[in-house]
Amino acid sequence: MSWPEFWIVVLRVILTFGLLLVVTILNVWAERKILAKMQSRIGPSRAGPYGILQTLADGMKLFFKESITPRKVELGMYVLAPFLAVIPAFLIFMMVPWGRPFMIGDHEVTLQGADLNVGLLFILAMSSMAVYAVILAGWSSGSTYPLIGGVRATAQAISYEAAMGLAMVAVVMFSATQGDGGTLSLAEIVERQSGTWGDLSPALQPVLQFVPRWNVFPQIVAFVIFFIAIVAETNRAPFDLVEAEQEIVGGFHTEYSGIRFAMFFLAEYINIFSMSAIAATLFLGGWNGPTFDGVLPGFVSAVLPTIYFLAKTYFLVFLFFWLRATLPRLRYDQLMQLGWKRLIPGALGWLIVSTLVISFRQFGPPWS
Amino acid sequence: MVEGILFVLMAVTALAGAVTVVVARNPVYSAMGLLGTLFSVAVLYVAQLAHFVAAVQVIVYAGAVMTLFLFVIMFIGVDTSDDRDERLPMQRFWVGILAGVIVLLAAGITLSGNFDWVPAAVETIPEATNGTIQAIAEPLFTDWVLAFEATALLLTISAAGAIALAHFKGQRT
Repeated sequence: MSWPEFWIVVLRVILTFGLLLVVTILNVWAERKILAKMQSRIGPSRAGPYGILQTLADGMKLFFKESITPRKVELGMYVLAPFLAVIPAFLIFMMVPWGRPFMIGDHEVTLQGADLNVGLLFILAMSSMAVYAVILAGWSSGSTYPLIGGVRATAQAISYEAAMGLAMVAVVMFSATQGDGGTLSLAEIVERQSGTWGDLSPALQPVLQFVPRWNVFPQIVAFVIFFIAIVAETNRAPFDLVEAEQEIVGGFHTEYSGIRFAMFFLAEYINIFSMSAIAATLFLGGWNGPTFDGVLPGFVSAVLPTIYFLAKTYFLVFLFFWLRATLPRLRYDQLMQLGWKRLIPGALGWLIVSTLVISFRQFGPPWS
Repeated sequence: MVEGILFVLMAVTALAGAVTVVVARNPVYSAMGLLGTLFSVAVLYVAQLAHFVAAVQVIVYAGAVMTLFLFVIMFIGVDTSDDRDERLPMQRFWVGILAGVIVLLAAGITLSGNFDWVPAAVETIPEATNGTIQAIAEPLFTDWVLAFEATALLLTISAAGAIALAHFKGQRT
């Protein structure tokens, strides 16, 4: 690896990291503001214009507050747990391509932390790591409510990870028909969603040529299952039994305060954004969109894909907030039934249907 | 060079994790030690360009199996006052002897320099062993498809068998 290549790698990791931090700080503010609007309140309005600096102020406050350590905690795991929450959250977003590759001199810069051959598996691995933070925080706090929160988190994560993985399999199989063989690299999956569905059928060509070639259209069922699963994976309402205030105080982070609590809080919002980004990448075409190359100035065409990516991701993030404002929390048995009796069989059934259709289109009817 | 440093680091953490599993008084720390070992081994796989194996190791073992372990430990709430009797007579003595023999053997190999005992890595890595998904999938679904499908069937049968054993236990006799 030569020096310019090395610096490009450093640059893109720092850029990805910076983008994630900025959008996360904005997300916290956006959620409070959007929820306030939906509930006919004003929401944060004092710090900065429209209260946009509220998150920074809260962050500063939490940073300077005392981190109380209760006497009955298991100290090692209690201190480790917040870090285990933040690290996987950051690593997941490193896989997401958030802009069109461009050239600096004769070196290509891809706007993505890293493009792994096993990118999608890496995301699954990291999202299954994230649950350890919750379990360990709950257990090490040496208190009953956090322990209940931790146990709930484990059961929930195991149940919904399966549905999430199965929905991903359906997309990957479909994506394999869109190019030369299957791939798990997110950059490649995004590339394959460029263009429109215009060449699908000559009769419908006038309409379909305006429909972008996103996976969400043929894989709508997988998209719905995936989205429900990621809401459950990030422990957000209506699946926030892990930290149900009315039943178990704060759940796994009841005994945390100060900067340690802030890290759990940060991890939750990073996870919302990066999971939405992954859904946008897999189903909504990632950074694809009309860039008007040659019509608009070059730098506008270079920035537009990133804007498309952020717009799609924020649409999904908005759905997260909307769900929280609208739906009441599920009961525990409803949560388990939805996971095991609806989502997993649904995802398996969709996988079979989608496989049959793909094979039929590729090899023709079996009786011919 | 980088590979060497990585190997030493990860070998140390893997061994430290393995020792924690045995030594820790609290079963949760044992589980975390095992997790550390699994993770270090996954990093070693990455250093060997086996990305797929590394990812699967983290998803299956670290992600699913260890989560279940922790779940069970936390649910049953293993107390430190648990039964610590050792039922195998002299087990520490024999394990000590076995471990001593293995360590002496390894030291002997290292000191005498007879490295035929530990076959070295191949000089040039053939393209096919670069562990991309495609490189693994192709032999799996062509040359070894029968073995692959048979394994899948075996796992399904064992899962169904486990459920059947748990489910119909009360009805027998």
